[in-house]
Amino acid sequence: MVKLLIKDGIRLDGRKPDELRKIKIEAGVLHRADGSCYLEWGENKILAAVYGPREALPRHIQDSTKAIVNARYNMASFSVEERKRPGPDRRSIEISKVTSEALEGVIFTELFPRTMIDVCIEVLNAEAGTRCAGITAAAVALADAGIPMKDLPVACAAGKVDGTVVLDLTSGEDKEGEADLPVAIAPRTEEILLMQMDGHMTYKEFEEALELALKGCKKVHELQREALLNKYKDFEV
Amino acid sequence: MWDTEVKRVSAVKRDYLARLAKEGKRPDGREADEYRPIKIEKNVIKNAEGSARVKIGDTMVLAGIKLEIGEPYPDSPNEGAMSTSAELPPLASPEFEYGPPTPSAIELARVVDRGIRESKYIKLDKLCIEEGKEVWIVFIDLHVLDYDGNLFDACSLAASAALQNAIIPNERHDIGKNESLPVGSPPVSCTFVKYEDFIVVDPCLEEDAIAQARFTVALDENGDIRAMQKGLSGSFTVDEIKNNINRAKIHAKNIRKLLEE
Amino acid sequence: MRKIVLPGSEVGDAKSKLPGKGTFKEGDKIYASRLGILSEKGRYINVIPLSGVYDPNSGDNVIGVVEEVYRNAWIIDINAPYPAFLSAENVPWKIAYGETLKYLKVGDVIIAMISSVDEARNIDLSMKCKACRKVEDGIIIEIQPSKVPRVIGKNSSMLATLKKYTNCWIFVGQNGRIWIKGEDENVNLLIKAIRKIEDEAHTFGLTERIIKMLGG
Repeated sequence: MVKLLIKDGIRLDGRKPDELRKIKIEAGVLHRADGSCYLEWGENKILAAVYGPREALPRHIQDSTKAIVNARYNMASFSVEERKRPGPDRRSIEISKVTSEALEGVIFTELFPRTMIDVCIEVLNAEAGTRCAGITAAAVALADAGIPMKDLPVACAAGKVDGTVVLDLTSGEDKEGEADLPVAIAPRTEEILLMQMDGHMTYKEFEEALELALKGCKKVHELQREALLNKYKDFEV
Repeated sequence: MWDTEVKRVSAVKRDYLARLAKEGKRPDGREADEYRPIKIEKNVIKNAEGSARVKIGDTMVLAGIKLEIGEPYPDSPNEGAMSTSAELPPLASPEFEYGPPTPSAIELARVVDRGIRESKYIKLDKLCIEEGKEVWIVFIDLHVLDYDGNLFDACSLAASAALQNAIIPNERHDIGKNESLPVGSPPVSCTFVKYEDFIVVDPCLEEDAIAQARFTVALDENGDIRAMQKGLSGSFTVDEIKNNINRAKIHAKNIRKLLEE
Repeated sequence: MRKIVLPGSEVGDAKSKLPGKGTFKEGDKIYASRLGILSEKGRYINVIPLSGVYDPNSGDNVIGVVEEVYRNAWIIDINAPYPAFLSAENVPWKIAYGETLKYLKVGDVIIAMISSVDEARNIDLSMKCKACRKVEDGIIIEIQPSKVPRVIGKNSSMLATLKKYTNCWIFVGQNGRIWIKGEDENVNLLIKAIRKIEDEAHTFGLTERIIKMLGG
């Protein structure tokens, strides 16, 4: 069965190929965490919290030259259609690893030797693009926690659906489409912090998709900035 | 889990709480018999069959309901089943860690489970698809988001609220139209802790941390008792237990109103 | 007017300015490394943090909680990413080897001074200073360490206001822990005032609002 995902240049959910889903970001939403962020991205609902830097324990895991960045991506069992068994699976362990590495790339970890910076990403409702949404939320939580960074990282995916390069895939497009390319960047320098891809694209399509993803990242970055500034909006009073 | 919190309470803080307790005062200024504000939001998770976010003070819990088709237990071939788990992710507190559920998390889930099961809140006898072969299994997953004390009541309330609006996803399995999950009247649980011979309802974080004994009672709509749990190494007198239950009856009535709104 | 900056925000030209606290230099530009308020002092561009953990500095007075007891020293939690070390030689009491437990046990609270912080972030404490002592009574509250300067105020002005209107004893540790002693009613009012300062630390006209709140 062939389903048409794009008709007359419009996607099934009414978006144009280069259009993002609706995004809402709020900084500083949790009471216990040192920094936190709630993010809605389409139907994705994500909470991110940061604890630390705090002493890395047990002591043998400490690095005497820098902080360890320990991001953990976790999906609530009810966040997906088929109930997910609680606890990490191979997918979430891999996402946790690449997320930790992407975030570590912008954090001044050398300022906090022997410590750990814990980044908890909880996916409460999932609908494609949770790893990008998770990194985006984590970045806001890190800034909210006062972690020194050289930039405020941001992530967004592009892909290929019905032969067309599109921004920010839905789960239908992810499943039925030809390719998915999640990208995280440091927006100031456009350095790539995370890149994964699965599917099938020509080099030319990849170039086009990457450019689209970068544009998406820049737009999401503006929303991150607004969310953080919004928390302190009354400072001019 | 909560045990580690105790270590972090400094001697000065402990002395201060003890002195307040002797005067019948609580650290956040509440009366001994007073709950913090309670907020219930239903239907917050699209992919769940039912969901609710509950706040008690700064404690925040999200409950999600999922239904799956499975085999019935041999001794109840025409009844559905239920299963309750609690996750305490490190997002919610600096003391929580990832990993398999701790004994405290399992106790929490089981106490919530008993209140729902024993009050026959979910009508399991209406969840049979084919006798002896296929029934609905109701999964209640409790996700703690912010820990500021009294998880027992927050989780129990979130579970009740989430079940209230849950659906049976018949359409996903091509066995008819979606329908409401058949439920009766929800249980309402009230938790008390005791420290320095002072008993308070709805403990905040500091009170949870220094509590010597804990008592949870789940009541049905008639005020009858459906589940109880005494926890921690301290003790209550018989009169204290009776008094707790009588106080709980009054609180449960008010909380039930919030649930029915 | 104060300006809030975020990690990666460009805050100045490295040809004419110098990167101060909370900033870094890349190429010929200076960028903010953390969320905070932009502040220029002489040639330096600084970012005053609005959040974050306590960054221990030598000379700071802190309020610590005993975490571990050894035969000739204590490990003290000072609300920093690192525990601090208090040697039995650096306390005001004469202690025989192995008798540390008689003086300070786990959970005890002390006011101490940071005597040194080395490159590897080993922190030494001393209790041989004027304000240093074991805390036996009162209450300790914790605020975000980044809000400590606001609670103290310029030339201790806010602190003086708080003391004057509440009649409480107050000691503010640089690490975000505050010791308070007074009549219960006054203590409650004081805690409310401190929480208000913490919540509104980045706003103007705060001192006036606090005085009003305290009935001045």
